[in-house]
Amino acid sequence: MLDDFMTRATLAGIGVSLAAAPLGCFVVWRRMAYFGEATAHAAMLGVAISLTFEFSILAGAILVSLIMASSVTILEGRSLFLDTLLGVAGHSSIAAGLVIVSFISGVRIDLMAYLIGDILAVSNMDILMIWIGVGIIFSLVIWRWSPLLLVTMSEDLASASGYNPKKENFVITLSLAIVVAVGIKVVGVLLIIALLIIPAASARSVASSPESMGIIAAVIGILSSILGLNSAYLFDTPTGPSIVCVASLFFFILMTVNVVFKNKN
Amino acid sequence: MLIKISSLDVKYGYKTVLKNMNLTLDSGEIVTIVGPNGSGKTTLFKAIIGAIPISKGKIYTKPNLRIGYVPQQLKIDQTLPITVERFLKLAHKNFNKSLDKIEALLGSKDLLNIQVNNLSGGQMQRVLLARALINNPEILLLDEATKGLDQPGVASFYRKIENIRNSTNCAILMISHDLHVVMSSSDRVICVNGHICCEGAPESVATSPEYKALFGSDVDGTFALYRHHHDHKHDSKIER
Repeated sequence: MLDDFMTRATLAGIGVSLAAAPLGCFVVWRRMAYFGEATAHAAMLGVAISLTFEFSILAGAILVSLIMASSVTILEGRSLFLDTLLGVAGHSSIAAGLVIVSFISGVRIDLMAYLIGDILAVSNMDILMIWIGVGIIFSLVIWRWSPLLLVTMSEDLASASGYNPKKENFVITLSLAIVVAVGIKVVGVLLIIALLIIPAASARSVASSPESMGIIAAVIGILSSILGLNSAYLFDTPTGPSIVCVASLFFFILMTVNVVFKNKN
Repeated sequence: MLIKISSLDVKYGYKTVLKNMNLTLDSGEIVTIVGPNGSGKTTLFKAIIGAIPISKGKIYTKPNLRIGYVPQQLKIDQTLPITVERFLKLAHKNFNKSLDKIEALLGSKDLLNIQVNNLSGGQMQRVLLARALINNPEILLLDEATKGLDQPGVASFYRKIENIRNSTNCAILMISHDLHVVMSSSDRVICVNGHICCEGAPESVATSPEYKALFGSDVDGTFALYRHHHDHKHDSKIER
């Protein structure tokens, strides 16, 4: 069954959507969209370094994303221009990544595959890695669910309740780096942030609790990747962008329904 | 003794926000911190709950001290759907066992199913206070908890606080701008402006020159001008 490239692609898409859903909710609640984007951009530098020194792209992407996210978090405490800092770090990482890749001689590297993903080319090994990532993120997020929610609402309340906001924030950063890394093959570093925030934002229209928002986001993410994948096959369009387009469609439909419904009441 | 703070300094970057703070707090005490905006009152609270690093000195807290913290305000992002019940559950592991107690603390159970984002200022303040009390705190930290309440609301709030102290012997450390109420309901008043300007029984603080220098000379129990002379000096000078 795993021989079929569409089956492999579907499994990969479902995995990344699942991992992205709960995390995407936190990204939305904490207004970390730009932070997430910068982390994803940093992954491109990780990819370039991995290609240069010929080691695992996954490890390189996780490592560089983590380093970027952690250093920005540390610097943030010392200065107040987080937005600018993220812009500098994220974009210089992606630019440096692209420059470094251009130096690699020999095999011609398909840059687009890293920027917008190439889900139809996932291997069984990739799928395994994606689902291990799903497992790690789910364990982390479920284990720390309550403190993460509390830290999201107020770091001071969390401190007073005996939690360490820095530790909880690191859980988010680490999960983000993992999602970005496993998502590169599926939607690429440019679009992974879309897979994080669009399903979560769509779910907001209909959710009444944090948990239901996470679950609905997962369902929307999974549907988007299945529908996106099939429409990409049907219309011969790039798969990553197709998946994101379907997710955006969900967002607009749910938002419209919500607005109409609210006006009726 | 619940808390003992000795020669505490707190810095934000290179800026010293608190200098040489000393403070002890015992069970059942109501201590109020007054001071102009930006004088480091909230910073002191954050240092006590461990939310910010301290650069000098020591904060001793009784082991396993149960702290009830009521922040100045709680702004939850509009995108986070959460009911009051769920929010209160986050504070407490045995939530269901004390559901009656929470209703009593909230004053009603009507609030439980409301989204936190839709609470009014007064409702939010009730929820935050209830949350702080769920855990049977030994010390209650109130950071301008009456902000946004009207006069009767403020009066009944302080009555509630006194009742809590009388019934549980909980220590109460609060930041307040309601100078007239502070003077009547506190055991001790600490006047802060980056350092401790003066402290003691409300009557003695109200008549001290340092207090008058901070709040204007016509503070006679009921009225205060929040005038602040930035260049005022005592024996210690704040580094900038």
